[in-house]
Amino acid sequence: MATSSMRRARMMRRLWIAALVAPGLLVMTFFVFVPIASALAYSVFEWEGLQRGAFVGLANFATVLFSEPYGSWTWNAFRHNVIVFVTIMVVQNGTAFLLAYALFCQPWGHRFHQVTVFVPVILSTVIVGFLWKLFYNPFGLVNQLLRAIGLDSLAIPWLGEPTTALGALIFANTWHFIGFPTLIYLAGMQRIPRDLIDAARMDGAGNWSLIRRIIWPLVAPATTVVFVLTFIGSFNWFEMPFIMAGLDGSPFGATDVLGLYFYRTAFGNQSSSLGDFGLGSALAVLIFGFVLVMATAWTLYLRRREIEF
Amino acid sequence: MRTTLVAAATLAATSITGTAGIGMASAQELTFWTWRQEDRAAYEEIFAAFSEANPGITVAFEAFEPTQYQTILSTALAGGAGPDIAHVRAYGNLEAIAGPGYLRALDGLVDVSGFSELALSAETLRADGQIYAVPFASQTLVIYYNTALFAEAGVEPPETWEQFIAACQALADAGIFPIANGTADAWQNEIMVGTLVPSFYGTDFEADLVAGTADFTDPRYVEALARLEELKPFLPDGFTGIDYSTAQQLFINEQAAMFAGGTWEIANFRSQNPDLAFEIMPSPAPEAGADRYVSTFFDGGFALTSVSEQEEAGLALLNYMATPDFGNQLVSLLGNISPIEGVEFTDPMIAEVAALNQTAVSYLMLVHFRYEEPSGSVLLQQAVQRMMAGEATPEEVGRNVTEGIATYHAPFQN
Repeated sequence: MATSSMRRARMMRRLWIAALVAPGLLVMTFFVFVPIASALAYSVFEWEGLQRGAFVGLANFATVLFSEPYGSWTWNAFRHNVIVFVTIMVVQNGTAFLLAYALFCQPWGHRFHQVTVFVPVILSTVIVGFLWKLFYNPFGLVNQLLRAIGLDSLAIPWLGEPTTALGALIFANTWHFIGFPTLIYLAGMQRIPRDLIDAARMDGAGNWSLIRRIIWPLVAPATTVVFVLTFIGSFNWFEMPFIMAGLDGSPFGATDVLGLYFYRTAFGNQSSSLGDFGLGSALAVLIFGFVLVMATAWTLYLRRREIEF
Repeated sequence: MRTTLVAAATLAATSITGTAGIGMASAQELTFWTWRQEDRAAYEEIFAAFSEANPGITVAFEAFEPTQYQTILSTALAGGAGPDIAHVRAYGNLEAIAGPGYLRALDGLVDVSGFSELALSAETLRADGQIYAVPFASQTLVIYYNTALFAEAGVEPPETWEQFIAACQALADAGIFPIANGTADAWQNEIMVGTLVPSFYGTDFEADLVAGTADFTDPRYVEALARLEELKPFLPDGFTGIDYSTAQQLFINEQAAMFAGGTWEIANFRSQNPDLAFEIMPSPAPEAGADRYVSTFFDGGFALTSVSEQEEAGLALLNYMATPDFGNQLVSLLGNISPIEGVEFTDPMIAEVAALNQTAVSYLMLVHFRYEEPSGSVLLQQAVQRMMAGEATPEEVGRNVTEGIATYHAPFQN
């Protein structure tokens, strides 16, 4: 008798858990798993507009990777994603770490600064993109400022020069998002037991050795999060270049990234006839696979580092 | 239980649409989809005139976001939904919709005798040679010039290339940007080729191109590109960073004297600055007495979709859309250049465009090389952008474009 009521209780509990998990699982299934699976399915067919043609196996993958001009477009876009990732990791997240430390030291007005640093993050990327596009215009704010302080030679068309366009985009992106890693680092620092820091100070540690020997190792979990999110974000980068450089990655592909390249391949753009879902899906699958494998590897590696310290 | 519910809901939905269908049988309502939201008032006026002549048929206007329109329309049609009559684009974009069978062929069903061969070919599917849409407007690429700024700099409208360069120099000396355009938006580069230098290649080159006896490494085309490159000093400072809207503003605010663009700008220029005194001209002639060309293309057409269940009413509307009456309304209400024979152009500038169209070459890449990937437009735009940034020669541009198209176009493969 007792066992049967226990069994019933266990059954109820299981049902209850299932009921809680089901809505989330359904949403994930329809909006994440199904699209991924269908992209995988699309990528092995030939397409005419929205009409599926013959099964072509891995031909679409071979085309985007090896046949010209697709091969060099893919490589060019991928190379830019790597540059974006490394630059954002070093410049944006490095600065974010220093900002977080500055806020952590609680200077005068630190609460105000904390809010200020985070405000751009909540702005829409569309607004930020348009704003910075205006700033970078040859007659825009950036060049007006440069001319005002006598740096006329630096007043160049930032988004028009192949050497500066990608950097200009990354800078705008940094302005937009720096508050996010700053906040993660700040939270990480605030979790460090106060007595550790006090003890280090007692032993005569200056700012630099405090950062190097105490803070940096102990915010390792925050670094893992920032690193992995930056990696995923960099390889899925789309809105900012789309708004500021257009679908073609102007000028002549200098700002082309995988996100833009995938979009115009799959859906076409103003200057091409029709999108090709086959090639587009092949690209999407390649990007997804790459991000999945790399993000998992980075996470596993960085987690190990957390435990060691 | 759940299955019953779903079945009941489906049944209810079907019966509702069913009733609506019966309701429509007595007074038919055609749906019309377009990307031209700004033309709503004019189309509603036109459709009212149509309903008057065809009692019992009304037309409902529905507009969608322009850059997404093609995707929205084809997705709807692929799913068995969509309008009775659709505004469709021309050339490669028409094929994307007509190719998979989403439109009805119109041969023999609509009287298209009022259209030129060229206009009809823009709406013809190459695979079966049938017409799938009634052409609605042509666009022409011209050089706009500000007459007040020309007078200020003491410049006469140039006729030859030599005079054009001299005029640019005089304008620059007077502290005016001679040409407003920049190269930051890729498509603007193709526009500049089609506007400023088509007189250097002309219709002979186009004929050879179509016949497969010439490609873009042809000296005529390379010469045209070299002339375009010559204009770099006369574009605004930092032109590699000047996008389309900045260029428009430079011309509208009278900071630049000329603007290379399509006839769709006329209405926009007039409304944004009513005091702007401007005229249009074709590309300068290579030498005195030679032909001066403009580039033209057809913007799209009206098509009957394969999902429409009101074929007869739809064809009545399409037949109406092929008459000079309809063309005259497009001209007077929208300033569109209707390609229907017998249409009258009362606006002097539109009449001038129609006159310039007599010496026109096709907007080459759109008309001939936007059917497959990589499209001629994508290749040309990037290559010219590179050339204008000083990173490629005109010869390299010609070679690059030819090689890209050669990946699918047999005549270029030798």
